[in-house]
Amino acid sequence: MAFTRNNSRAPPWALVTPALAWTLLFFVLPFIAMGLSSLTAHEGGAFTLANYSQFFTDPSYWRAMVNSLEVTGTVTIVSILLAYPFAWILAEMVPQRWQRLALMLAVLPFWTSYVVRSYSWLLVLAQNGVVNRALTGIGLIGEPLQLANTRFATVTGFVHFFVMLLTLTIFANLKQLSPSYRKAAADLGAGPIRTFLHVVLPLTLPGIMVGAFLTFVLCIGDYITPQILGGNNELVMPQLVMMQIGRRGDFPLASALSIILMAVVTIAYLTCARWLKIERA
Amino acid sequence: MNAPLVDIRNVSHRFGQLAVLKNVSLAIEPGSYTILLGPSGSGKTTLLSILGGFVTPSEGKVFIRGVDCTAVPPAKRPTTTVFQDYALFPHMSVGGNVGFGLRMQGVDGATRAAKARDALSLVGLAPAFDKKPHQLSGGQRQRVALARALVIEPAVLLLDEPLGALDLKLRRQMQDELKAIQKRVGTAFIHVTHDQEEAMALADHCVVMNDGHIEDEGPPERVYARPATRFSATFMGESTILSGTVAEAKSGIVTASTPVGPVSLPGASPAGAHVALAIRPEHLILGEATGDVALGTAKVGDVVFQGSFKRVLAASTLDPELQFIAKAPASATVGAGDTIAVSCNPQDIILLAD
Amino acid sequence: MRAIIRFAAWVYAIAIYGFIFLPVVVLVLFSLQATSFPIPPFTGPSLRWYQAVLTDARLTSALVNSLLVAVLSSLASVTLGFLSAWGFARFVLPGSALLRGLITLPLTVSYLIIGMGLLVLFNWAGVPKSLLAAGIGHVVINLPLCFAIIYSQMGDHQINIERAARDLGAAEWKVLLMITVPVMAPAIFAGFFLSMTFSWDEFVISFLLTRFETTLPVEIWNLLRSGLNPKTNAVGSLVFAVSIVLVVFFELTLLRRKPA
Repeated sequence: MAFTRNNSRAPPWALVTPALAWTLLFFVLPFIAMGLSSLTAHEGGAFTLANYSQFFTDPSYWRAMVNSLEVTGTVTIVSILLAYPFAWILAEMVPQRWQRLALMLAVLPFWTSYVVRSYSWLLVLAQNGVVNRALTGIGLIGEPLQLANTRFATVTGFVHFFVMLLTLTIFANLKQLSPSYRKAAADLGAGPIRTFLHVVLPLTLPGIMVGAFLTFVLCIGDYITPQILGGNNELVMPQLVMMQIGRRGDFPLASALSIILMAVVTIAYLTCARWLKIERA
Repeated sequence: MNAPLVDIRNVSHRFGQLAVLKNVSLAIEPGSYTILLGPSGSGKTTLLSILGGFVTPSEGKVFIRGVDCTAVPPAKRPTTTVFQDYALFPHMSVGGNVGFGLRMQGVDGATRAAKARDALSLVGLAPAFDKKPHQLSGGQRQRVALARALVIEPAVLLLDEPLGALDLKLRRQMQDELKAIQKRVGTAFIHVTHDQEEAMALADHCVVMNDGHIEDEGPPERVYARPATRFSATFMGESTILSGTVAEAKSGIVTASTPVGPVSLPGASPAGAHVALAIRPEHLILGEATGDVALGTAKVGDVVFQGSFKRVLAASTLDPELQFIAKAPASATVGAGDTIAVSCNPQDIILLAD
Repeated sequence: MRAIIRFAAWVYAIAIYGFIFLPVVVLVLFSLQATSFPIPPFTGPSLRWYQAVLTDARLTSALVNSLLVAVLSSLASVTLGFLSAWGFARFVLPGSALLRGLITLPLTVSYLIIGMGLLVLFNWAGVPKSLLAAGIGHVVINLPLCFAIIYSQMGDHQINIERAARDLGAAEWKVLLMITVPVMAPAIFAGFFLSMTFSWDEFVISFLLTRFETTLPVEIWNLLRSGLNPKTNAVGSLVFAVSIVLVVFFELTLLRRKPA
């Protein structure tokens, strides 16, 4: 109902100003600072575009971006492919009264500390860790495989996290679907497979896209998982950023790399947003 | 004569560019039950919000008990509102809800509880005092909202589509209770609805609104029998409308030429004026032309059995654009495809300017 | 055919559960290791590593720091988020959509970049690295979350409820304390709980913005530098156990509230 809400005496700006001020002071201003910093030379502080040109000319920096995109892309796709059927089984085949428990169990490892979760995978994938012991034990392989400190390990650690996250979002999506849709499709003669392909899947697609975008953003900006599981054999962007700060104290270059990373996420967001709108129309 | 309880003077309101109320004036008498009736978008809810103090009108003044209340906030004016979704406080018991207004006035707990119990028994819900709103049915919540608004003894009670969320049977039942409660407490009720049956059943004073202005107002019997405008004739009950031009007007008798021939009826309109003649369904006579005014013949399109009567739709053979809406007895043998004579009596024809 | 599909589905579900639980089981199991390496064969059970954790002053003080930062930053986030959500939901403000977008913008930015920005700013402004700096960063990431959750729950129905209270004579601050906060309590609580979780687990901002006194995830990170160590398993298992207790508590209180 459209009301002009002019009769209330509470000063509306007093309510919203603290939050806005906080955002401006500790989010927008730092971003401006980072932007200015990225345009200065590490030595001397003169204006320069060198920090950006360094990224575009040095192949090892390029490589980090390509690695980031490859890892993130792989993780997003594998996670969705693993999580969707799992969420579907939880929503459709598990009896109603056990669903809450089943879902809670499925996301239980969320509650281990984030750093510890990656470390646990290191234990599992180490040279003489559980997986290698099991494989050599049953004689499948003679020598332990190099699993830790590889892209495989990074992807595994990420997929573990995002399968849980996506299971949660896709499950919620499936449960929101009115059962009438499925009944209507069945009533009109669609079998279970066609009902799924033509009704359930398209209706859950926007939810999947939201989940995929979330995965993309969280994954491409993450430092811990690639650092612990991937090691330094191949770098991704966040590792490169942290390296500038840690080893060399080079804030301008770190700022430039952060801004480039953010630009990539923004492009992904814009593509995603447009795609979603077309879907809904 | 006393000043009216509520006096709305030349009120206009705009939301941005959209004018939702256009120069509306309305007086409400103490102890009356007023219904604002109109389709959605007619401005009736905005008018109620202006009375309640939730909206300040762009132009015009609102006086309540002779005091200018135009810009007085809701809490400070002698009105309370029963909201369409009831707006019960979900975290408080029924008793807490009903006692809230008294609590805000600083009334002590014991008096508050006693008055809240009285108000609840007025609406027949005394046993629900300690329940939570979500444990009640829709009709019961409605009553709690009513008790909560009445307990602080407002001069005017405003009801925003109060029965809109209830199913038909419950609506008719609550309708009777509302009327009974209003008679008992004697407070002036102003009630917004789009349901004309509700309006006819409840109102002492019925205000028909359309497109931001008042089309017609008065006792519902008068508004039904002698609607002032074409809109009112079709919104408050159905009518068959004959468009015509006045051919002759003398000594209180108007003769209009219409698609079904000349029609004479009592009235006063200048010759050459465009008029609309409205006839209520129960006044159309089908079959033998026993009425004094013959309206030609019509081909029956649809007959709908309504229990106590049959609703008949028939297109005039002289002008297929003209649809007769008539009420036939349940025993009538009329069927779709029949061609029948249509007539009526001159005193049943309502003469409207077109 | 149906039976085969059902069977395949169950096998699949069990395999995913296995994948999800594998690292947790390994973590907890080898926290009970008696020897110095958390790798097979299992030599425990032994509680020696738990003892080592609980007597480690750095870890215990990091734990206290983490709790402090989590509670205080979440309180700040939920307060700012609630007030702004209320302001935007109840009043027509010029540029409302743009300003709401601004408040929620940090949700789309990586923690790394938020931390970097604050690091550069604080470095320029001469603000020293501290728990306070990390706490400020945590409010930046959690404020938009609290705002979004609470704002989304402020529907027309709530607006009418507040309007009814005002109509019955409640002053603005009474509407806030007696009506809005209690009615919005689930959303406020959810915002606070989520903020607590995110702050408690946040690594990169704390890593960039603290120095000597730091939070638990950063301290665990420091432990990792010594390689695979059952002590890390023990502290990880402890954090896990505490979180589980909290989640179960949260579930039970929410579940208990529903039938009321």
